[in-house]
This record gives sequence, structure tokens and C-alpha cells, in this order.
Amino acid sequence: MSAGHHRFVSTDRRVREDRRFVVGKGRYVADIDLPNTKHVALLTCPYPAARIKCIDKNAALAMPGVRYVLDGAELAAATLPLMTGLDTPNVPRRPLALDIARYSGEWVAAVVADTRAQAEDAAEAIDVTYEPLPFVLDAEQALASGPLVHEAHGSNVLLDKTLVWGKVDKDFAASPRKLSLRVKWGRSSTVPIETFGVVASWDPWREILDVYASIQMPRYADQISAALKIPSKSVRVHYDVDVGGSYGVKRGIKHTVLCGFLARRLDFPIRLIEDRLENMRGGDAHGPERLFDVEVAFDDAGIVRSMKMRALENLGAYAGRSPFQLGKPIGSIVGPYKIKSVEYRAIAVVTNKTTQDAVRGFGQGPTNFALERVMDEVANVLGLDPLEVRRRNLIRHEEFPYLIPSGTTYDSGDYHTVIDKVLANMNYEALKQERDRLRTEGKLAGIGIAACLEPSGGNATFEALLNPAITTSTFMDSCRINVDGMGAITATMHTTSSGQGHETLVGTVIGEVLELDPDSIRVTRTDSLNSLPSGTPVGSRMAIMLGGAAFHAALKLKAKLTAIGAHDLGIAPERVVYDQGSVFDCNAPQNKRTWADLVQIAHRNIHRMPKGFEPGLAVSHVYEVPTGGTLPTPDGRVQMYPCFSFEFHLILLSIDPDLGTPQIVRYRLGHDCGTQINPKIVRGMTMGGIAHGIGAALHEEFAYNDEGQLIAQTFMDYLLPSSHEVPAVDIIDHETPSPHTVLGQKGSGESGYLGAPAALANAVNDALRPLGVSINTLPLKVSKLGDLIAAARAKGK
Amino acid sequence: MRIKLTVNGAAHELDIEPRTTLLDALRDHLNLKGAHAGCEHGVCGACTVLVDGVAVRSCLMFAPQAEDAAITTIEGVTPGPGELSPIQDAFCETHGMQCGYCTPAMILTAHALLAANPEPTREQIVEAISGNICRCTGYAQIVEAIALAAERMRGVNRPSEEVRK
Repeated sequence: MSAGHHRFVSTDRRVREDRRFVVGKGRYVADIDLPNTKHVALLTCPYPAARIKCIDKNAALAMPGVRYVLDGAELAAATLPLMTGLDTPNVPRRPLALDIARYSGEWVAAVVADTRAQAEDAAEAIDVTYEPLPFVLDAEQALASGPLVHEAHGSNVLLDKTLVWGKVDKDFAASPRKLSLRVKWGRSSTVPIETFGVVASWDPWREILDVYASIQMPRYADQISAALKIPSKSVRVHYDVDVGGSYGVKRGIKHTVLCGFLARRLDFPIRLIEDRLENMRGGDAHGPERLFDVEVAFDDAGIVRSMKMRALENLGAYAGRSPFQLGKPIGSIVGPYKIKSVEYRAIAVVTNKTTQDAVRGFGQGPTNFALERVMDEVANVLGLDPLEVRRRNLIRHEEFPYLIPSGTTYDSGDYHTVIDKVLANMNYEALKQERDRLRTEGKLAGIGIAACLEPSGGNATFEALLNPAITTSTFMDSCRINVDGMGAITATMHTTSSGQGHETLVGTVIGEVLELDPDSIRVTRTDSLNSLPSGTPVGSRMAIMLGGAAFHAALKLKAKLTAIGAHDLGIAPERVVYDQGSVFDCNAPQNKRTWADLVQIAHRNIHRMPKGFEPGLAVSHVYEVPTGGTLPTPDGRVQMYPCFSFEFHLILLSIDPDLGTPQIVRYRLGHDCGTQINPKIVRGMTMGGIAHGIGAALHEEFAYNDEGQLIAQTFMDYLLPSSHEVPAVDIIDHETPSPHTVLGQKGSGESGYLGAPAALANAVNDALRPLGVSINTLPLKVSKLGDLIAAARAKGK
Repeated sequence: MRIKLTVNGAAHELDIEPRTTLLDALRDHLNLKGAHAGCEHGVCGACTVLVDGVAVRSCLMFAPQAEDAAITTIEGVTPGPGELSPIQDAFCETHGMQCGYCTPAMILTAHALLAANPEPTREQIVEAISGNICRCTGYAQIVEAIALAAERMRGVNRPSEEVRK
């Protein structure tokens, strides 16, 4: 990575947040100790669906330390249902079940006690009488008939929308070849090592609810305010809480509303830190579980002209924002390919499983997986090399900006060059020879390829596309800079972070613009009552959006410093040169004003300031997402997300034919996210994304048994990749700057994850091909692979 | 019950329930917040501390079981206010973390490894940290941090080639 013309951007700088983390001084929600805090434990429903007939709290209330037992009826009477994305008023979502519990693990009652242990003990003593009800777990069954999860809604379908872009029927009719494939993305999630937690404290005299939470969520304070029916000026979310990983799912709004209610009701600070079981079962943090039926029309050369995609999402019991995860992939529905027309049918059904929330990529990972599996199968039926088929279909560098059928224009890219760079590093023919050698040694071996996009910037107009009642076209982020009377610079950001290095981002960008050492710039976080607007770190957007806000705020500061200097030097502003905090006359460089001079004028010598200038050196900038600002057309076209990063995965994988154990032999990644502001951060995100993708592809699954019980309830059952499962990966960087962003940067928060499952699935299928079998359901667990291989061999393959 | 714990060289007397885990005792009674709860069933390793120099999951040990041991937490390996140990500094150099939640435990595991094996191979580092789950990094920059720390620590107090001549 070359720094090019930058001083600090793209250079190999440390990440400032790391210093507090390596000494154990991160400040996570579980580290917040407010005096007199009481603790919450939860009683959950043991049935996948059940009517709550009676809740007997007496035994629990008599136990030591117990302060209160709250049930769904009391909470529902005092609060409003949680905000949802779709207009489904008969599918209300509440923190505690009201009358009917709809999944095993759903919260039924909350105990408040002096210690967490006392609260847990008392939760076991609550006596609930249930009437078990019929339930449905499978999305197709829920769609076809199935018992109704929410009877008042009249159906299990929350969303069924078909969008057609281009002449799909004509293109299908004109194409000599068609192929259809059914693939399934399994139910997994991001599962951060820190569970979700929240501490809420109510001050009735100031009328402020203080909230400390491990949160990563847009409009969090708004949603607390709405559900608790208190003004938003009475909700103060503290953004200086370190979040121990999120990758999308840290959205504990139901936890927060519960604790906020209890804090007001009981006049104690209330704390709820999920244990791992609560996190995995009732934390409402599962990810997509999506069945795809994809049909493509193509020619003998493997050029794909048109695609029909049906995506059926198993939402779990309640909606929240999760149906929108079917919407985001529309912004790059054709991936990096020149597919001319698309029909997309998005169906979301409720079932009696745990509720979903946003997961890294917001639905993009599953869609990329489906598309990339299909591209491999196109190559397969034509007897062509899968890499060659991709090369033929990829958008070429000179074709950017490139408008895709669903209305988004891709900003920039150089996909063929990225692939060439990867292959320069690892010869493709040699790789195929290595695969074939492994095969002759008795192993099953396969090569897996994936070429994927990472939409970045977070212009979430899919909301308006899937729910026309939503007219949101604004997706902003902000930065404020203040130079104090001593000349020190403090920048503020207005959201939490969960490991993305945003303080480093802000410091680096402001330092770049002001030509000052980023380490000399303090970066702080506000709270929701002191903050400018932030869209929060979602949609792989902060390098673009917070970076953009910081860049423009710094430009404003620089302009003010230049104007003050020009005025004090008595020359036209055009003659002033800004240089590392000082300004001088370009015609007479000895005539200068230093940083200290400019601070003195701004803070203490208003008689030397240009007329009409505000005293001091405070600036702020609210930055709107580039290319945003439009709502969908009536025929369902819209610009989503400004920037599109590219990743090309190339994997050699072997499978032990007796055990079914897959082993990644080689892993190369070509990655282009435009200008990398901090290469250490980008590399970490990408490697972490690959590890997460390995988990989703091979190991992780929230599996249910036929009785509707989640059977992956611990880390012994839900398998996160350890250092043994993640191979060394060669990452080959390429840099195609985005024309839309201040430094040419694009997003990288989802990189790796968006392509690794597709590449691994393709590698596994290439390995299995000699046996005449294929597998298209994630995760590709050892047990499944072993059974599949054994069955194929039994047939004499 | 009353127990005595020796943590980071200092003796403490605690009045605790017998069922208190070592993790909860360190966090809630001694205010040592660097040990983190991740799974509380002994898989993720985020609660790792050193017990007599050995990396141990503090969520799986009751505090009374640790009475006769010397316990070291991340606070105990930090040299002083504002200072970093060579391992901590190496983690900063390679950015061997993101959210920081698993980091103190990962660093203590690295301490235990390097105390026993000053010159570990990549495979030995991978093996040593395989009981510490990191969800952010994919481990590459953690492995590099430990290798870098090992290299630097081997160089400590060793005269350079120049001096030895």
C-alpha cells in the first residue's frame, strides 16, 4: 500500500484505541459500576409456541435480594411495541412475551435482585403455566400453510415483493441455455465474544434516562424514547462505551426498553448483561436463514444475460428490521457481472425460531453465495473453467461508472486487474496441478473461486423500496472540531464503536487535512444529548461517512485559519498559503502567522478577527452520503450505496475422504477497497471477515431439533473458528479510488465475509464433483460432508 | 466465606459466596476489570488469567480454589501507568486486535507461552492461542504480534553483534 501523496493516510500507523485495550482498560458495559445497581435475570419460555396462562411470582418474590418480578402484561401496558421496518401492526414485538410466547427462549418474565446470582435463582422459582401451541420451524412450511405464528396477521408472510428490472422474459427466451439451482444459507450470526449488555439509570429530577450499552444501532435513542413514551431529550445514550464486537448484531433494543422501564419503575440503576445462553437463544441476534431458487439464462460462451432469483427468508418469530436484509442486496443484485435483466422475488416469513437482527453485510453474504454458486454451475455445465466464465462476465474497468438493472450505478472498479494480480502471485495452472496431485494421492480436492462486491456507504434506500411508507433519503454522519484556547485540537464523534478504530480514522483524516500529526489530535465521543446526527457504524460506511465528515470539518477549520491569517496579515486570502498549522504570504513567506498566533487571535483578540467571524475555532460538519438523496422510482429502481469494493477469493481445499474434514490448503484474496486510510485496520477487518466466513460456511449453525428447541446453545455446539481453523491468507491489495469520496476510500467492514462462504462452497463442490454429488446447504459441516462422501462411495463412485 | 487471594503480588481478603467464580471475584470484588466474561463455560478464553504462571480460565475456577496460588491478571503484567510490556507493545505494533475484548486474555496466554518457550514457531503460537477465540481479527495479526514480541524479548539484554566482537 503506497501512501502516494498523503502524509498520514495509507501509511502504516498504529491504531490509537489499541493502547487501552492491551492493558485491559477498555471500558465495556459490564465495567460500568453505578452505585446501588440492581441486576436482571430472565425467565424464558421452554416451548416453541405456548399460551401463557398464569405467572405465579410469589415464590420468587420471597427469595433473598429479590426486588421485583416483571411480566409482559405490566410492561406492555406501560410501553409501546418496538419499532419495526415493515408496516405489520399485527406482528408487535415486545421485550417480554404478552399472552403468547413464540419461540423457545423468548423472554416471559424478568427478575430484579441485588445480585445477578440472586436474580437467576429467583427466575427458576417463577411458576408459569403454559398451554403449548402448534408451531412451525421451516420457512416453506410457514409459507405454504403451517400454524400461524401471529394469528392476528392472518398469514406468516410479512413481505412478498417481486421486482423486475429489464426484459427478463425476452432475455430468457433469447438465451440458448438455462440453469436453475437451489441453495440455502444456514442460520448463523456474528456472535461477538462480548454478549449484549445494558445499564440504565433514571434521574427523576433531571428527567434523564442514562443508558450505557454495548450498542451498534441506528436511531437507538429514538427507539428507546418511542417505546418508553418519554421525550428523546430525556434519553442520554453514552457513546464512550467500548463495544466488544458487534459486526451488526449489537441491537439490544428490547433489553434496553426492559431495563429503562425497570429503572424508572424501581428508581434503581438496572443492569442486564446477557449470559451466553441468553445471547444465543433469546437475545434476538440470529442472522439470515435464506433459501434461494436461482435461474439464469446464458449462452454457449457462458455469458449470463438474465437472472431470476427467489429468496425466502426465515425471519424467526418477530420482524424488527430484519426483513430489510432482503432489500440491501438489490443495490448489487448482479454482483460484479454484466447481467442485463433481473427478476427478484423477496419473501419473508415468520416462524417459531429466535428473532433475527442485522448481520455483517445485511443480507449481502447470502446473496453473494447464491450468485457465485450459480456462476460455478454455469461453467460446470458448459465444461468451461469457472475463472474464465467470470472473466467473460465481469464488468470491465473502462465501463465504469456502470449502471446495473436495479438502478444503482457502481462507482469504480478494476476487477480483471485485481484477478491478474492474484494470479501473478499464485499461478492458476500450477494450482490446478496441485489439486490434481492431491486427488491422485487419494484426497478429495477442489478449487474455489468467488468474485464479490461489498456495497459500502450505507445509503439504506432499500427501506423505501420495500416499504413505500418510508420516505427516508437522508443517511448522514458528523464530526465537530474545536481548537481550544491553548491551541489543542479536540474532535468529537457521535456514535459508539465496536473495534473499527474510528478514533484513529478521525485523527488520521483531520491530521491529513491540517497537515498536523494525528497523534496530537484528541478524539472524544459525546452522548446522544450532546451529539450531532450519526447514522452509526452500519453498512460498511464509517470510512466514507465519518471520514467524510471529519475531512470537511477540517477543511472548514483550515479555511477559517486561512481567513484569520489573511486578515491579520492584511492581504487577500488567495495570497495566503496554509502550511502545517501556520499561514504565510506566498509573495513574502517571512510574513507568517503561526498556529499560536492564530489561536491567540481567534480566542482572545477579536479586534484582529475578520468582521462577522465567530470567535474561537469551533467547526462542525454534517455529511450526507454521496450519490444519495433519491427515493425509488415506481418501477423499483434506486441508487443504493455510493461505493463498491471488490474481492476475489481463490482457495485450494482438500477433504479427508474418510472423515469428511475440509482443510484449506491455500487461500489468496485480491481486495480493492479504494484508498486504505489505515492499512492495519483494513487488513484486520478483511482477515476477520474471512474467519467469520469460514465459520458461516463450515462450522456455525443455530440448529434446531424437530421439537423446536435450539440445540446449539453453547460454544461447544455453536462452533466459532479458532486459530486452528483459520489458515494463513495472502491478501493482495489493489487500489481503485472511488470518485465519490474525499480520499478515494470505500468500505471494508464486511470484506472477506462477503465472499469466503461462496468460495468455500465452490471449493467443496469442486472437490466432490468426481463423486458425482454436490452440496448447496450451508454450513458444510464435517458430519454432512462425511455422510455425503460415504453415501456416494457406497454407490461405487 | 472469607478467603485470601494473592493477585498481582498483593494479598487480599474477600468475603464471598463459595460459588463465586475466580472471574467474578477478580472483577466484582477486586475491581480488576481486564478479565472478561465471554461464554462462562470455558470455551472462549476471554477470562484467561495466569494461576502460578499457567493460563487458566477464571470462569471455570471457583475463587476459593485459588487461595494458595499466585494469580496474575492483565493489570499485573502492565509495567506501570502509561507503560506497555513488550508483548502489549507488539500487539499495538501489529494491531493484533479490534474490539479489544479478547485482548487481555490473549496477551496473558502469550505471556505464558513465551515464558515457557521464548522462540515459538508459528504452529506453536497457533496452538497456544487456540483456546482463545477472537471474533474480530482472524488471528493473523495476533500471531504476528506474539512472534514479534518473542523476537524482541529474545533481543533484550543481549549485546549486539558489534559489542560482542
